[in-house]
Amino acid sequence: MEKQWYTISVYSENHVGLLNRISGIFLKRHINIESLNVSKSEIEGVSKFTIVVFTTEDWTRKIVGQIEKQIEVIKAYYHTDDETIYQESALFKIASHLLFDERQIQNIIKESNAQIVTVNREFFALAKTGRRHEIDEMHDALEPYGIMQFVRSGRITVTKAAMPISEILQEFQEN
Amino acid sequence: METLKAEKKDSKSQKAIRITGAEAIIHCLLAEGVDLIYGYPGGAIMPVYDELYKFQDKLTHILTRHEQGATHAAQGYARVTGRVGVAMATSGPGATNLVTGIADAQIDSTPMVCITGQVTRSLLGSDAFQETDIVGISTPVTKWNYQITKVEEIPEIMAKAFYIARSGRPGPVLVDITKNAQFDELDFVYEKCTAVRSYKPVPKPQPSSLEKAAELINSAKKPFIVFGQGVILGEAEAELKALVEKAGIPAAWTILGLSAMDTDHPLNVGMVGMHGNYGPNMLTNECDVLIAIGMRFDDRVTGDLNTYAKQAKIIHFEIDPAEVNKNVKVDVAVLGNAKETLEQILPMLDKKEHKEWKAEFDKMYQIEYDTLINKDIYPTKEGLTMGEVIEQINVASGQKAVIVSDVGQHQMIACRYAKFKQSKSNITSGGLGTMGFGLPAAIGAKMGAMDREVVAIIGDGGYQMTIQELGVIFQHNVPVKIVVLNNDHLGMVRQWQELFFDRRYASTVMTNPDFVKIAEGYHIKSRRVTERGDLQDAVKEMMASKDPYFLEVKVEKEDNVFPMIPSGASVSDIRLK
Repeated sequence: MEKQWYTISVYSENHVGLLNRISGIFLKRHINIESLNVSKSEIEGVSKFTIVVFTTEDWTRKIVGQIEKQIEVIKAYYHTDDETIYQESALFKIASHLLFDERQIQNIIKESNAQIVTVNREFFALAKTGRRHEIDEMHDALEPYGIMQFVRSGRITVTKAAMPISEILQEFQEN
Repeated sequence: METLKAEKKDSKSQKAIRITGAEAIIHCLLAEGVDLIYGYPGGAIMPVYDELYKFQDKLTHILTRHEQGATHAAQGYARVTGRVGVAMATSGPGATNLVTGIADAQIDSTPMVCITGQVTRSLLGSDAFQETDIVGISTPVTKWNYQITKVEEIPEIMAKAFYIARSGRPGPVLVDITKNAQFDELDFVYEKCTAVRSYKPVPKPQPSSLEKAAELINSAKKPFIVFGQGVILGEAEAELKALVEKAGIPAAWTILGLSAMDTDHPLNVGMVGMHGNYGPNMLTNECDVLIAIGMRFDDRVTGDLNTYAKQAKIIHFEIDPAEVNKNVKVDVAVLGNAKETLEQILPMLDKKEHKEWKAEFDKMYQIEYDTLINKDIYPTKEGLTMGEVIEQINVASGQKAVIVSDVGQHQMIACRYAKFKQSKSNITSGGLGTMGFGLPAAIGAKMGAMDREVVAIIGDGGYQMTIQELGVIFQHNVPVKIVVLNNDHLGMVRQWQELFFDRRYASTVMTNPDFVKIAEGYHIKSRRVTERGDLQDAVKEMMASKDPYFLEVKVEKEDNVFPMIPSGASVSDIRLK
């Protein structure tokens, strides 16, 4: 079976040991987590894990089954890139003098629709939100001038299809 | 905790009592109907032990000689009673010694609650004396675990622990309790847990999948049932029997399904898997509909997946959705508790007999009988066989005993030849294959079923892994019958070395001590059999004993267990010799 990118979305209780349990499921099967983001979700008190993996659909389905089995997990889904709207964020820290010494940097900022978050005498910080390849392109463009620090976030995703978590919670409580 | 929906006791609304966390733990156990626990004290759990001392008239604590023994005893108790087994240990090494038993309970779906002491909250993360991250360590092998650091958490977490351990597909739960939470006081009220918001233990059976399954079964010419422990855990034995009889389907069992159906039932065709029976394995690849009930297609059952029942439509009755399509792709999955799903499908099935198809199993049984079963259980060669010992136990016990086995050749022989008329009677470490399981598990099984005979069948290797638990048998006069089938080898590994490693017997020859003398050291009645002529009498004497009894049988050193599906081979490549 062919490998591709899958985004796994996990709705769960906010429980201290759960990340360990979930990462163990990947570890046991030697599947690398390419990106991980944990945040609150649209439902109060419910957390959302967004996990990106590059593997086969069969493995993804089995992993989702194992994740759903965890006591604190309400529901887990997996989607391909086509089925989701997804973004990543990145921050670049660059020496301030380059803004004046290297005119090209201003063009890169404009073309990539990046935002200047802060500027001081030593450095300035750029924020960029977009697809992974857009961030990579911006990184590659800036790299020859010197990047003091770079960081990219995990992928965040909303799906095109509905995720009826409230209904599932309701159903769980009625049973 | 808002995630926990607790049962409201309307009639006698409880009044809160001001007690310590340690005492609260005892009250939680009593409220859950626990009257017996196994464990080992130590620094970080001492406040709880102090309360156990005060409550000893209500709650019996059995001091095993090693924490691993406590887990296996709790497992044996749980497996024979269907109730939650409880094991307790201190922090650090006490807790880590539980891990093997927890992993065993996880893979064999055994309901168990383990309680561990932990260093006081302010010392957490400081590498304090006997501090270990048991929650982190046990995460991959527990159904759920939790560290209590505040006394107020005790009643809710304990209630949740028992609920999770026993509900749905059962499993082990570990609750780690810091020492401050044991010493501190709370206003204690206990409410049993009946639901957890994010946890759905039993999926609802879908009528459409039941219809599809019934259609496949009704149109099948060569249907074949393989049942597992799900039948026992779901207490669906009567429903299984009714289905098998109505639809006239030959039924085979996995090692953990053994005893769910009378072994002498005419439609019980034996065991599947690596050392299972010839017919059920061969005919797996000839049936047209394979009906798997409460089993998980373990690799020891399926052999090579690429050649496993490819010709058949497969129906899977299963409580755990994660098991469906995990190893074997199925055509119809019937989710739910086996008792419920089998009961619902029964009226949808046609009454049938599959005489010709059943005759194929009989024919293959005859081949297996003539080739090896006869020689295993009624041998004429000089050395004693493991099979004849099991057969003598069948005779002397009237097939009524609980058989607890350890892991290895003797386990396969015990499971192949032991006869059962009652469910929950075969207790063995199936999934994890834990040597050392047998002796402590037999203690737990006996204490859970004092009215029944419990016979532990153990090899000389596994026996020495937990032999210290003889101390429990002696101290509490637990009348288990211990049979060590001694071949002076790690027999199963030796067999593999003979067959697959050109007879290079690396570290499988054992120079054993005098086991009878050891048993005598614990004042346990004991006997050694070296001649066939003495076997029957010795087994009879053992079974008649009111006290614990140790029987060592010196068996043939280099016997092999057959049939055998070599590791990774197809079920139809099963070898009779």
